[in-house]
Formats: sequence, C-alpha cells, structure tokens
Amino acid sequence: MNMYTLLSMMFQHQKEDFFFPSQASENAATVDFIFYFIFYVSLFAFITIILATAIFAWRYRRSKVGMTPEDSPHHSTTIELVWSIVPSIFMVMMFWYGFEDYTERRTAPSDSYEIQAKASKWQWEFVYPNGATSYGFVDAGEYLGKGLVVPFGKNVRIRLESSDVLHSFSVPNFRVKMDVVPGRYTDVWFKAIKMGDFPIFCTEYCGTKHSRMLSTVHVVSEEDFAVWLKENQEDPNATPVDKGKRLFAAKCTACHAVDGSVKIGPALNGKYGTTENIVGGTVMIDDNYIRKSILNPKADIVVGFENVPMTSFAGQLSDDDISNITAYLKSLTE
Amino acid sequence: MAPTTNTLDRTNYLNATKGFMSWFWTIDHKRLGLMYLWSVITCFILGGFFAMKIRLSLMPGAVDFATQTAEQMNAYNNAFTVHGAVMIFLVIIPSIPAALGNFVVPMMLGAKDVAFPRLNRFSYHLWLIGALLFVATLIIGNLDTGWTFYPPYSTGHTDPSVITAVLAAFILGFSSIFTGLNFIVTIHKMRPPEMTWFKMPLFLWAIYATAVIQVLATPVIGISLLLILVEKTMQIGIFTPELGGDPVFFQHLFWFYSHPAVYIMVLPGMGIMSELFATFSRKPIFGYRSIAMSSIAIAIFSFIVWGHHMFISGQSQLMSVIFSALTFSVAVPSAIKVFNWISTMYKGSISFTTPMLYGMSIIWLFGIGGLTGLFLATLGTDIVFHDTYFIVAHFHYVMVGSALFGFIGGIHYWWPKMYGKVVDGPLAKLGCLLSFVGFNMTFLPQFVGGSKGMPRRYAAYGSEQGFDDWNYWSTMGAMVLCAGLFIALFALLRSFFVKGTLAPANPWGGVTLEWQSPSPPPEHNFEIAPPVVGDPYDMSLVEYVSEEEGFLPVNPRSDDPCVADVKPEEA
Repeated sequence: MNMYTLLSMMFQHQKEDFFFPSQASENAATVDFIFYFIFYVSLFAFITIILATAIFAWRYRRSKVGMTPEDSPHHSTTIELVWSIVPSIFMVMMFWYGFEDYTERRTAPSDSYEIQAKASKWQWEFVYPNGATSYGFVDAGEYLGKGLVVPFGKNVRIRLESSDVLHSFSVPNFRVKMDVVPGRYTDVWFKAIKMGDFPIFCTEYCGTKHSRMLSTVHVVSEEDFAVWLKENQEDPNATPVDKGKRLFAAKCTACHAVDGSVKIGPALNGKYGTTENIVGGTVMIDDNYIRKSILNPKADIVVGFENVPMTSFAGQLSDDDISNITAYLKSLTE
Repeated sequence: MAPTTNTLDRTNYLNATKGFMSWFWTIDHKRLGLMYLWSVITCFILGGFFAMKIRLSLMPGAVDFATQTAEQMNAYNNAFTVHGAVMIFLVIIPSIPAALGNFVVPMMLGAKDVAFPRLNRFSYHLWLIGALLFVATLIIGNLDTGWTFYPPYSTGHTDPSVITAVLAAFILGFSSIFTGLNFIVTIHKMRPPEMTWFKMPLFLWAIYATAVIQVLATPVIGISLLLILVEKTMQIGIFTPELGGDPVFFQHLFWFYSHPAVYIMVLPGMGIMSELFATFSRKPIFGYRSIAMSSIAIAIFSFIVWGHHMFISGQSQLMSVIFSALTFSVAVPSAIKVFNWISTMYKGSISFTTPMLYGMSIIWLFGIGGLTGLFLATLGTDIVFHDTYFIVAHFHYVMVGSALFGFIGGIHYWWPKMYGKVVDGPLAKLGCLLSFVGFNMTFLPQFVGGSKGMPRRYAAYGSEQGFDDWNYWSTMGAMVLCAGLFIALFALLRSFFVKGTLAPANPWGGVTLEWQSPSPPPEHNFEIAPPVVGDPYDMSLVEYVSEEEGFLPVNPRSDDPCVADVKPEEA
C-alpha cells in the first residue's frame, strides 16, 4: 500500500474507512463518531508532546547550551493545574459520549425480533422464533452452514447462550460484541441498514479451533427473510434419519466427520455395530454407547482421543434428538 | 579499607568473594539484583522466542488457513500462552522492581542493604523455584489457556498442566509479595535522617508505590489461582456453571490483581524516566511533588478500575459505567508525568546518551500507549476493540514500549554502577534505534488490524478476512525489533571484554546517592558513611571533570575515595 492510498483512506470516513469496516448497523455511525472524536483529540495531544520533545531536545542540546543550563522554574502551579484540568474536560466528554452510546446499544428496543444464538466449541447455532435453525463454523477453510440470517431494517435482538466455555459474539460491521457466558444469558441487538454478508467472529478464546468459530450474517430483505424462515422450518414429515442428519450437521460436524477422516474426534460413519478400543477396554458401539457418549462423553473415550475431551450435550439434546442422531448414525452403516 | 584507585583490581562487590555459593547463597542486594537481572533476561529471550514463533506463523502464507490441522492450532495456542505467561509473570513483573530495584534502592538510600537481606534471598530462591516449575510446565505440558487462565476452559476443558502452571504462578506471587514488603520497610526505615519523604529520588517513590500494589494485590491472584486448583482437582464448584459456579466471578478476582499488576509493570519504568530526564537535562525534575504524588495516585486508582476489562463480560451495565468513569481517573496522573518529563527538558542541557534515547523513545511509545487507552476506557469504542488486536497493540505499547524500554534504559543507566563499564557507543544507540523502529513497525499495524475487527488469539486468518497486510508488516517489524534487542544485548555483553580502567563513580552526572559510591561499589556500598544527602535533583552539586570523564562533587568530602582517585593531592 503506498503513501497516497494510505492517506486518502485515512481521510475518507464515509465509505472505505481507514480504521473500520463498513457501517452496516444503525448504531455504527455513532461509535465511529466517538472514535474519531477521541482520535483527533489524541492526535493533537500526541503531536504536541512529540513536537515539544523534539524541539526541546534540539534547542537545548548539550553541545549547544553547555554543561550548565540557565535557570528556569522547577515547578509552576498554574501550568500544572492547566495540564491537569484541560485533559480532564476532554475525558469527561469522552466518558459521556461513550456512556450514552453504551446504554443505547446495551438496551434492545422492546419491539425487537428475537433470535437465539447457541455457542459451543466451535460453532454457532441460531434458532428462530418459528423453530427454524441454522448454524455456522469453518472447516478446512470452508464456511459451513447458513450462518445468521436477519431481516433488513428491523431491530434484532440476539439472545446468547453457551453450552461449554466462554465465547464472544462479534460482528465488526455492526460494531457489536458480547461475551457468551455459560450459565447465564447475555444479548446484543442491532438494526441492519445494509444488505449483504458480514463476518461473525468468536472473540473470546475458547480452545483449539477458536480461530475457526466463524460464521456470516446475511442481511436480507424482509420478504426474503420470511421465505427463508418458512423454508427452514422443520418438515413435519421428516423421518428420524432426516432429523438426525440435520441435528448432526448443526451439533456434531465441528468435531466429527462422516467421510472417514479424523477431525477433533473420530469419524462416525460405519461405526455403528462395530467394536471400538476405549480407554480401559473395548466397547460395542450401540444405541446405549452413543447415548452415553453424548451425555457423558468423558466416561468411555476412544483410544487416541484422551486429550480432546468432548463436552456433554446433556440439557442441549432431548431424548428424541438423541434417538434421531442414533438413527442417523445407524443409517451410515447400512 | 580497600585501595581506592579506580582500576580493575580494586576490591568491589563483584570480586570480593568467589565461587558459585558466594553468589547463590548471597544476601548482598547487589548480587541478588544481578541474578534477577540475568534470570529475567534469560526468560525474556525464551518469551521472545515464542513471540517470534507467533509472528512467523501469522505471516501471510506461512500457514494455510484451509489445511491447518488441530495440532498446529494447538501449537499456536500454546505459543501465545507461553509468550504471555512468561513475559508477564517472569519478565515484566520482576524486571524493574526485583532486578534494578534490588540493585538501586538501598544505594539510593545510602544504606548497606535492604531491611531484610535474608528475606530478599528467600524471594529470589522462591522466584527461581517458581520460574523453573513454570518453564518446565510450559515445555512439558501443553498449556493453552492464555495467561488469563479463564474458567471454565482452564478448569474443565484443557490438559492438567494448568495445575502446575497455577502453582508456579502462586509461588512467584509470594516472591513478589516478599520483595514488595522488603522495599516498603526499607524505604520507611532506612532513609538517612536528612532524606525526608520529599527529598527521596522519584525512582524510590515509584518503587514504593509499586511495592504497595505488590503487597496488596498479589494475594488476590494467589487466592484466585488456588481456587482454580481446587475446582480443577476436587470438582468444587466455584467458577464452572455445571458445578454451580460463575465464570464472571473469576474475571473479577483475576483483574482485581491483574489491572494493578499493569502498574507494577509500568510505575517503576516511570520512576526510571524521572531519573533519566533529570540527569540528562542537568536540571531539577519539573514538578517533583506532582510526579511523586501521581505515583501514589496511580497506585490507589489502579485498584478501582479492574472492571474495564469486563465491559462485555456480562457484568451489570451500571458497573461498566462506573468503571469507565473511574478508569479515566488513572489517565490524568499518567498524563501529568509525561508533561513533567517534557518540561524538565525545557531550558536544560540535554545529552543524547543511550539511556536518554530510551527515555525519549518512551515519550513516543507511552504517548501512543496511553492515548489509545482512552478508546478503551470509553464504553462505546471499547465494545468494538475488546479482544481484537487493538488491545494487543495498546498493551504492548504500555508494557513493552514503556515498561520494557524503561527497563532497558535503566540497565544502560546503571550498567556502570553494576559492572564498572559505560555502554554508550554507536552500537548501543543502534540497538535502541532499531528496537524503536521495529517496535512501532510491529504494533502500529496491529491497531488498524484490530479496529477492522481482527480478533486476537487466532491461530490463522483466511486471506478473505482482509488482515494480511497488517500481519505482514507486523511480522516484518518483529524481526527488526528482535535484531535491535539482540544488538543492545550484544553491546552490553561486549563491555565485559573491554580491558582498561573502570567507569568513573558518576559518569552521567546523577545526584542521587548511588553515584557517590565507586563503580562498581564495594561490598557494603559506600566507603564513606553516611554519604552526603542533598536535594536529589540539584545538579549544581556535581560538576563535569574531563580527566575523570565523569562528574565529581563540587564540594567533596575529605574522605571521598571517588575524588581521591582523580585529585589525590587536593584530597
């Protein structure tokens, strides 16, 4: 990047901003304003202190003024008060802007459309009010799953929950970020004002594949959103195997492949009905072993995977869900 | 009395006794200081190795985003954990207080040693045990929690090396507490009668403020880490929700220590800055009292701002607002210090020695580090920058740019006192220049990457995420920084092999008491007792004597051996 493009980007705050990705939510502009307010105040302060240092260093260099400098005051209450109070005034302003913006952005409007986001190592799952679900994570460089789909121009509140460790939900284009804390609910809200796809990052370290806990927000028109919701609603005629496949894609594929390859955990195709070496013996992979592995994964770990303990899905998957996943795994052997 | 001629064969603390045990079992604060110094430098090289590992694997093209395996990701996660943990617990926290503080504090007080020399030795041995356990854990285990040890990841989701790491940090904490306690008592009880609180050198004020934080804050991290241990080994629910605990509770405990710890790191660096700016401007420090008081103010405020690490952690919104407001209160005393240092240069006589070059670099680095802190104290913008590379860049500017550059500047400043050699040649200056350029090249791009949303602690970034340019420049800068630091180290080491006479007692023109002792000092610090106590920054007390290549007191005492070396007939 050459100097010219660098400078021209720096002073183009509207479109391709030097510091920020494009503003895709209504509140983004406010944050950017606060940023640039602090930025220019700081820049002024920085240039002042650096210039003063450079000028004094040059003017009063020892080779010029000699060993004994002329007398000058060692202390001045007036100056010291000025340089304590003036910055304080600016800091009060910064605090106030930040405070206003914070309360605004932490309080979702009451008419918000609510979507639940469930974070687990290392994927996002989104559940919509009509029961439609979608998920997202990255595997082998590919963004898998549909990610989060939200309607354009509507207030959307995302209720966040985690089933294992701390995660954090971040969409830089919306300027939102919130930790996802196991054992309690947190939330973020935004109003998308730009159509298109924007990245979602996990921004709280969560283990091996933290860097792959990525997904995408798709901002679509309200009509498209309604269509999408309907299409993704659970099919009432789905067989247990279909349901299991869907659940498996959303919950298990971050760690388990069904093409024979080893990801974090072992591949699960062709395993049903076979005998597997586990720590301290062997086990027949049957319905009971699958159930046990989902609810209490640390009990009978397959040899070679002792150091990558799986998290329990107790409370996340119902008995029906487990039966459906079992049916799906069984179908992979037949 | 030892012969006073200033040559290599004069008896001093370095050559008074010989053998391994004379060092390992010493209670001499100067030898302990040097042992800390070299231990810290060794750990710094280890931590630096992992820093380079991080930067090289983030170089665009080094790792393929699509094919990176879980093992490679684990190796990266391990590298950033080791880098952070070593640099914080083993390098910056002990760097200035334990290494330079031990060497300088008693000498600045005109004392023979610290108040509790045996406790001081015990601190070092504890530190050594803690450090060995820690490094062993890092090398043998696969610690990957980040230096923050956040549960429930640390307690339920990663390998058992957390247990020994936490134990090691606990032991290191005790070492830190004992050192702090020792300095508090030393400064209270061992000042010469003429040295009132407001005649203390500002480095002592800074060390004093630091010691207070060490004693009050470190027990909290000790307790929190023990709780992690209890939860991990005995499954007692404290932080893990499955067991009935609360993960946010740990963050409160952790940052209650770790935020003040930032000031354990940076306050002593600020103390060194005050010494450097006064000595190398040959002028009394501007606004002595406000610098001294701002150290104390920072120490106090540092305890009530921890919540700014947790604006988006799920703590209550009211708390976030209060912590944001309080956080700005730390910014004011920090700014006051910078203004005072710059004003000290006004109408001074500034010499561009290597320590002063480090000092002036810090104005730039701490300027950026401090000002970018404003974005993070402000609630609205912190949400955007939290856990991105903006934070990474910000705290490196403060901890490396200010604390570590202060440490290196301090090493150069007191090197003549430690080893009797002045290191102020072109090579040392080149080391400073390259470090400065390399440092900025490494971390300025990270601000921009971070503001664009680049999250920290990611093992790799896909090209489509658009962070490649910033990572490229950052890695390039890291190489320059690495070269600069090695040149600085080489310049220091080379001085051991320079034959000839030793450095003068006072090569820079400092007025604080350590400069009244020969370089290197005798075992009991001063050959004359007690040394002359005046205003610590009244530069007219010393004058430059060219045959000495250093400074001598204007009104020397008849028994001053440093003067006798040069003007035996006048003494």
